[in-house]
Amino acid sequence: MVDIDLNMVNWARAQFALTAMYHWIFVPLTLGLSFLCAFFESIYVRTGNEEWKSITKFWMTLFGINFAIGIATGIILEFQFGTNWSNYSWIVGDIFGAPLAIEGIFAFFLEATFFAVMFFGWNRVSKKFHLFSTWMVAIGSNLSAVWILVANGWMQNPVGMAFNPETARFEMQRFFDVVFNPVAVSKFVHTSSSGFLFASLFVLSISSWYLIRGRHIQMAKKSIVVASVFGLLSSSYVVFTGDESAYMVAKKQPMKLAAIEGLYKGQTRAPIIAAGILNPNKQAGDDQDPFLVKIEIPYLLSLLANRSLNSFVPGIDDLVYGNEQQNIESIASKITRGKTALNDLAQFKQAGKENNIEKAKISLKKFKKNQEYMGYGYLNKPEEAVPPVAIPYYAFHIMVALGSLFPVLFAAFLFYVLKDSITQKRWLLPMGLISGFLGLLAQESGWVVAEVGRQPWAIHGLLPVKMSTTNLAASNVQITFFMFLGLFTLLLAAEISIMLKQISIGPEEGH
Amino acid sequence: MISNLDYVTLQQLWWVICSIVGALFLFLTFVQGGQTLLWQVAKTDLEKSLVINSLGRKWEMPFTTLVLFGGALFAAFPKFYATSFGGAYWVWMLILFSFIIQAVSYEYRKKPNNLFGSSVYELFLFINGSAGVLLIGTAVGTFYTGSNFTLDLYNRVTWDYSLLGINLRGLEAAFSLFNLSLGIFLVFNARVLGALYLLNSLDLSSTPNLESRLRRNAWNSFLIALPFLLYVLISILFMKGFSIDNTGAVSLASSKYLSNLLAMPYLLVFLLVGIILVLYGVLSASFKKSNCEIWFSGIGTVLVGLVVLCLPAFNNTAFYPSKIDLQSSLTIHNASSSMYTLTTMTYVAIGIPFVLGYVIYVWKLMDSKKLTVQEVTDEESY
Repeated sequence: MVDIDLNMVNWARAQFALTAMYHWIFVPLTLGLSFLCAFFESIYVRTGNEEWKSITKFWMTLFGINFAIGIATGIILEFQFGTNWSNYSWIVGDIFGAPLAIEGIFAFFLEATFFAVMFFGWNRVSKKFHLFSTWMVAIGSNLSAVWILVANGWMQNPVGMAFNPETARFEMQRFFDVVFNPVAVSKFVHTSSSGFLFASLFVLSISSWYLIRGRHIQMAKKSIVVASVFGLLSSSYVVFTGDESAYMVAKKQPMKLAAIEGLYKGQTRAPIIAAGILNPNKQAGDDQDPFLVKIEIPYLLSLLANRSLNSFVPGIDDLVYGNEQQNIESIASKITRGKTALNDLAQFKQAGKENNIEKAKISLKKFKKNQEYMGYGYLNKPEEAVPPVAIPYYAFHIMVALGSLFPVLFAAFLFYVLKDSITQKRWLLPMGLISGFLGLLAQESGWVVAEVGRQPWAIHGLLPVKMSTTNLAASNVQITFFMFLGLFTLLLAAEISIMLKQISIGPEEGH
Repeated sequence: MISNLDYVTLQQLWWVICSIVGALFLFLTFVQGGQTLLWQVAKTDLEKSLVINSLGRKWEMPFTTLVLFGGALFAAFPKFYATSFGGAYWVWMLILFSFIIQAVSYEYRKKPNNLFGSSVYELFLFINGSAGVLLIGTAVGTFYTGSNFTLDLYNRVTWDYSLLGINLRGLEAAFSLFNLSLGIFLVFNARVLGALYLLNSLDLSSTPNLESRLRRNAWNSFLIALPFLLYVLISILFMKGFSIDNTGAVSLASSKYLSNLLAMPYLLVFLLVGIILVLYGVLSASFKKSNCEIWFSGIGTVLVGLVVLCLPAFNNTAFYPSKIDLQSSLTIHNASSSMYTLTTMTYVAIGIPFVLGYVIYVWKLMDSKKLTVQEVTDEESY
């Protein structure tokens, strides 16, 4: 086995977290705002009312500012798989590369081509073709989300492939299993609808600010109507798909579910934690109470995880140390089998090098007995299979709490704007104003749940993150980490400054 | 029909597809070339606006094509993706940085409160057009000159080139005169294309000085590019290449690329026609004063690009050779995806002509009228 530079692994992890979280500030806004622009423009084309054109152009300006930095922060994510995670790229490139290439062919070109028409085509193409282009940008952005989430979903639930000992990599066997992977499907619907929700909050935020300042009142009210309806629809969808995502996690990544609920000892009729503070000293396998304080809702976790009130939900201890009653194998046993598999694979490769066909045959046969545990062979101790519980736990609860608040907020805004009394609701407008920031917090929390919660795995159960990296001195990744941190922070500062100025300028009046 | 293609054919097909994407990218670097011309050809704010707005309507094209080039290589040749991106770490990182700063520059350059002022964003564009393209050229050069890596039994890459105790991780590619010449040629060829594109897309009737500067720069850039192109071509004819024998073993062979050209005469034809088209475009723009030369020089660049990318990959040649361990070299056969994945991706590739179709349609629609001074001052603009 090769020596692993854990310092390098952690810097590479940090770099991925940094670049992905920066990228995710802008992407959900692109996903949703592109559709909102398409809605605004559709109303303009239908009614011919110039006021809607001015509204469309205003939100498009903000969309463009956001879109540019979204692209800037996005290119690195694709290439980072090669630069920092080259072992990963080789081992799963046969499957993982395809969705990335398809994303490039079908989604990015759609966005790139029609983006220019959307911004500069107002007087160069017909009204209808312009509207068509705006819709194409929205569809293109969301198509790109489909393919990248197919790739991510596959990492969380690897399907449609087999390990090829000859090439020592995983190879695709069923493309449509990869595309219609249930985890990928639930991930896409949850992620895109949460993007719609966030963009609606963004519109609510800025419109509330105008109403507080008493400026652009008509435009703000019109924007609120569209954003609240879109937000309300998407938030109900977010709740529905969130439930579906949690069900998928329970089925495919039970350790992640146990971590996000702080559940150490599995139980039947498991309650869900509505709120609680974790005991920071708690370790897997000890007898301490995982919580300092907690508020529970009985039965709900069993219902969420298994669609059955009386069902058993395994905790971290069951998954690590095994639970015979529930037929759960311990990680220690999986590690032993994994190490045997890796050893047999090494024998097989060595035999191949020596041209010893008989030895190769025997090693291969032995390898196949334990090959599904191969990934566990890289772990040093059973507790390594547990993610850092506090991070996904708090992130999950922040996400769910905010996700429950947003539909109420949209309903209130819609109700008062339709009653035409929104400008008098001085208590509501500041909540609208901060809602965009809360939306961003919920967005980032969601990805923290997904990505920290699946540690230590890059490919769930098959390849740990620490085995995925490039053979590279940590100092290289450290330098590029700070280069990205510095550059992205400066660009973000410029983006915010430009965005605030454009908001303060407001839409062009008098159209 | 696709399901009946054999493995070798699929591997070759996918190298051709990746090469076409790469060659189209080289054509689209007219955007990068235009960016490096900005300060030289546009002396007033209005002229700058014209140049930026014309390039700005196209900047996403090379960007997206580069991303697709990366994605296609990842899907079809994952071992190359892992070895080159992970191995030649710094070359690729610096290329990426130059594209990150490009992506915000058009949008933010003229926006009020952009924090850094427009000249910083113009500098970003210049860096992207010069350093970015130069590094891409040197990276492509290593297809001929080789790199310093070894692969173990599990295909994990070890990069081994140190200067003063520091592992340069690919930056050493710039020490090769061949790689550097290819890079410099691409930078100045991009400037030629940039000038020709701007001549084609702008209404220059009210800015005659801009027009004469563009024509002069097209010619001057070509004169600078020419010796570097000649050096690259002559080197290719005489240099040793990385040949693969029947058993898959790689060895150095004299005049390998010359024999590849002779074995694949259509590449020789592409190369000659490509060079003639580039030359015709430049000469015509400089002396005949017409405005459609971008298409001649552009298609010429695509043809030359195809030759540059296909020559070191076909006819039993290792396209990503290792200088320090010949047997670690990558070939289109040992670096490719599985047969199943290549077949699947070939079905996907049926969509490419459709994508090209709407790109061309929209391009024509948007460029049917030339960009005027009035448009950049009165309407939406960068």
